[in-house]
Amino acid sequence: MTKNQNETITEIYTGSDFAKEVKQRAGTDFNACYHCLSCGGGCPFSEAMDYLPNQIIRLVQLGRKKEVLESSSIWICVGCNNCSVQCPNSVDISAVTHALCQMAVEEKVTVAEPDILKFHQEVLNTVHRYGRTHKLEIMLRYKFYKKDWFSDMGVGMKMLARRKLELLPSRVTQMKDVKFAFNQKQAG
Amino acid sequence: MNTSPIMDVSYFPGCSLATTAKENDHSLRELCRRIGVNLVELDDWNCCGSSSAYAVDHDLALGLAARNLFMASPDRPLLVACPNCIIRLRLAHQELSRNELMRYRFEKKWDKPYNRDLKILHFFELMENRIPEYMGKEVSEKLKQLKFVPYYGCMLNRPNTLRNEKNYKGLMEKILTGLGAQALDWSFASQCCGTFLSVARPELVTSIVNRMMDDAAKTGADCIITACAMCHMNLEVRCTLKQPVPVLHFSEILSLAFDVESHNNWFSRHLVDPRPVLKSRALI
Ligand code: SF4
Ligand code: SF4
Repeated sequence: MTKNQNETITEIYTGSDFAKEVKQRAGTDFNACYHCLSCGGGCPFSEAMDYLPNQIIRLVQLGRKKEVLESSSIWICVGCNNCSVQCPNSVDISAVTHALCQMAVEEKVTVAEPDILKFHQEVLNTVHRYGRTHKLEIMLRYKFYKKDWFSDMGVGMKMLARRKLELLPSRVTQMKDVKFAFNQKQAG
Repeated sequence: MNTSPIMDVSYFPGCSLATTAKENDHSLRELCRRIGVNLVELDDWNCCGSSSAYAVDHDLALGLAARNLFMASPDRPLLVACPNCIIRLRLAHQELSRNELMRYRFEKKWDKPYNRDLKILHFFELMENRIPEYMGKEVSEKLKQLKFVPYYGCMLNRPNTLRNEKNYKGLMEKILTGLGAQALDWSFASQCCGTFLSVARPELVTSIVNRMMDDAAKTGADCIITACAMCHMNLEVRCTLKQPVPVLHFSEILSLAFDVESHNNWFSRHLVDPRPVLKSRALI
């Protein structure tokens, strides 16, 4: 268990604008949470998180925006939904963590897991270029960013040898339409 | 034996099946031919947005999924072979169906009304509907007591808004035991594989995958059967044990049961070679 997971958060909930925004974006009523800890109990990666999933909810309720947006938990969450299927109050926790990731990017806070964000960005860069993901390029660019050419060399070579990593991307022809998805914000 | 007429479905392979998991794609196509399903690949499909768009940009995730949904033919269901893609596409479909403003925006772009009745077909549903009528005495020994542990990962979980979708727990065991394989019990059937953490936090995934492989070996399984290309990849790539258990795609093993012979290029693409096991059971 990491440092913050031992902490009991005892402040009184007053309701914050931040909480309202997260609720609106995530589309789930996390105020129904009664902190039974089921979510963290079933989460395969809670050990790697700085706050347990319900603690993230509590911090949101308390309006402690900076701590939440700078937490590792929101990035570690893979969206497996183990938590929400067992939540007695149907809180969609992964919708909350992912809304928070987006807010963290928009607000340009210090991201606790820059490697994970970088990976997501490289995935989307290949989609932007080809309309589909291109694993070899994602891996090479990620390695370049990490300046780490040696870990996973063996696996990479094996994948190439077994023709699992394609050298050339699989592509969409009507890229104009894919770019539209990337430009929607500007398009309104 | 078979009675149902040929069924036409649009097919969305997704990025994994189109590249790293081609063997999953090819075996699925072959299998569909055997069970009277005519797959028509969705022309010029694009990435569903995957976990990455979902994590960092909601509008982008919706926009990418929407392009595929708008292109899907109105008169047949859209089959999705990847458990992650199907969640992304179904969430987008739900949003386009419920959110008038969003729908209007995309209808304007695509210059046609959105088909709210589009059926997005889970490939488990297709298997459940089509395979039983091909099961019977003649095939009940096909898989020759091959011992397997079923691996669903997180694919039986759904986000809350999709809660009413059917849960296919036990489907792989039901079908494969009906074809003569032997399902073994283990405690990792619904263990999440870690998906993208495999790249940025490989140590987390290795620790999970090794535990799983170890348990699968202890049960005496010949192989692990998965229906998710991402799980397949993480199990193979991140396992550091000396003797990993081979992992087969559900579509591959089904194809073998249905006498598909053009499987030469599938098993050589696995990082953990399943051919010795399959040969020992005279399945290839
Ligand atoms: S399982 Fe649900 S109710 Fe329980 S702590 Fe987690 S979010 Fe709250
Ligand atoms: S969705 Fe996220 S928080 Fe929930 S169990 Fe999975 S990884 Fe943990």
